[in-house]
Amino acid sequence: MSETIQPVIAGHAEDGQVAAPSTPRNVPYRDGTANPSADALRARFGDAVHRVDVVWNETTVFVDRARVLDVVRWLHDDPSQQYDYLSDVTAVEYRDLDRPIEVVWHLRSLPHRRFLRLKALLPKGQPLVVPSVWSVYRGADWLERECYDMFGIRFEGHPDLRRLLMWEQYKEGYPLRKDFPLRGRFSRSEQLRQILAQNPEAKYSMEELNVLEAFDELSLEQRARLRGGEKVGE
Amino acid sequence: MGLDTRRVETGVDVSPSSSESWVTTRLDFLVNWGRANSLWPMPFGTACCAIEFMATAASKFDLARFGMERMSFSPRQADVLICAGRVPFKLAPVIRRIWQQMPQPKWAISMGACASTGGMFDNYAVVQGIDTIIPVDVYVPGCPPRPEGLMYGIMMLQEKVKKERMADKSLRNEMEPDPQSQLYIPPSLIDEVSEPFGNAVHQTRSGL
Repeated sequence: MSETIQPVIAGHAEDGQVAAPSTPRNVPYRDGTANPSADALRARFGDAVHRVDVVWNETTVFVDRARVLDVVRWLHDDPSQQYDYLSDVTAVEYRDLDRPIEVVWHLRSLPHRRFLRLKALLPKGQPLVVPSVWSVYRGADWLERECYDMFGIRFEGHPDLRRLLMWEQYKEGYPLRKDFPLRGRFSRSEQLRQILAQNPEAKYSMEELNVLEAFDELSLEQRARLRGGEKVGE
Repeated sequence: MGLDTRRVETGVDVSPSSSESWVTTRLDFLVNWGRANSLWPMPFGTACCAIEFMATAASKFDLARFGMERMSFSPRQADVLICAGRVPFKLAPVIRRIWQQMPQPKWAISMGACASTGGMFDNYAVVQGIDTIIPVDVYVPGCPPRPEGLMYGIMMLQEKVKKERMADKSLRNEMEPDPQSQLYIPPSLIDEVSEPFGNAVHQTRSGL
């Protein structure tokens, strides 16, 4: 971490001070240069970092699943890392029954122009539980809900862990798991009967739909803009 | 070669044996003529079929020629529901509710392979044909259908509308679904029509 990193402000890379980003060429499949954050993580967390893989110059760090939240919080807060953007939370299950399910976090550091992939292994036969990173990134809310919906992985600490894509009373299981049949577990008529029993208006919140009341909750500046009739391009 | 001797379609046949008078059949003709040429569509576009539907409505193909340029985004002022695209199970109660909110007389066009049969999406999330939820008058095949295809379907629907008669009381009759099953058609029939075919048979099993 001896090299000082100069953040690039949008539109200011043209004066020759900072090299403009270029498309990487001749990237090796393995043995590429690892993200410096991987070494920093090793130094900081020691045994909690199990393995570091570099594939096509993208670094994957396998971390202990109990320490995920600590690792992510440090990556987010530490001034030498500043991973300020969580692009995805997802999971991978393999056909090999002995291979554990992997939960994947894609982190991006905009100031340092770095990308880091974190993985935690969830062995088969054990409860699928990982810590939620919602307390660090609010954007993890729906990503973790989708992951819970599709894989049945529970994110501890998530404030509102409900199904996201399937409806909440969906009883057939977790669709992206390998033991889930493509057509679902129930017959077509049973699937239709269950979904048609749902009330499509049950989820509407009339408070959210009421624009007049929401107007009072806006900031003074927003109210002034709305009153004056906001114009685009000014 | 020669002159086409096709009969001019006036829409309503008068059979001497029926008790319908000349006035009712002429009135039928007038009402049907008005209805068929001002079908206001309720567009329910969920996928790529909606793009073709928009092309149909735009200037080149010009849905206004059929009196359909007025898209009715409220089901209360719509005559024909055009379902363009796949309907996932989560949308099934929504399209059902929209259909119930449309006033009589109403018709439905199922546009494209996905709306008609589920198409390639023979999986856990997609309704296998909207006719398992709502009654459909015209099915338009294609993936997606070209605007000409949709217009052909619309003209078929117009012919159907022109042949309706007020004396037929069963036309506007809405079947009340069994409140227990929430389905219009019996579950055994739904399972039968959404039976897999061809190579898809092997996909019922899990990958394991």
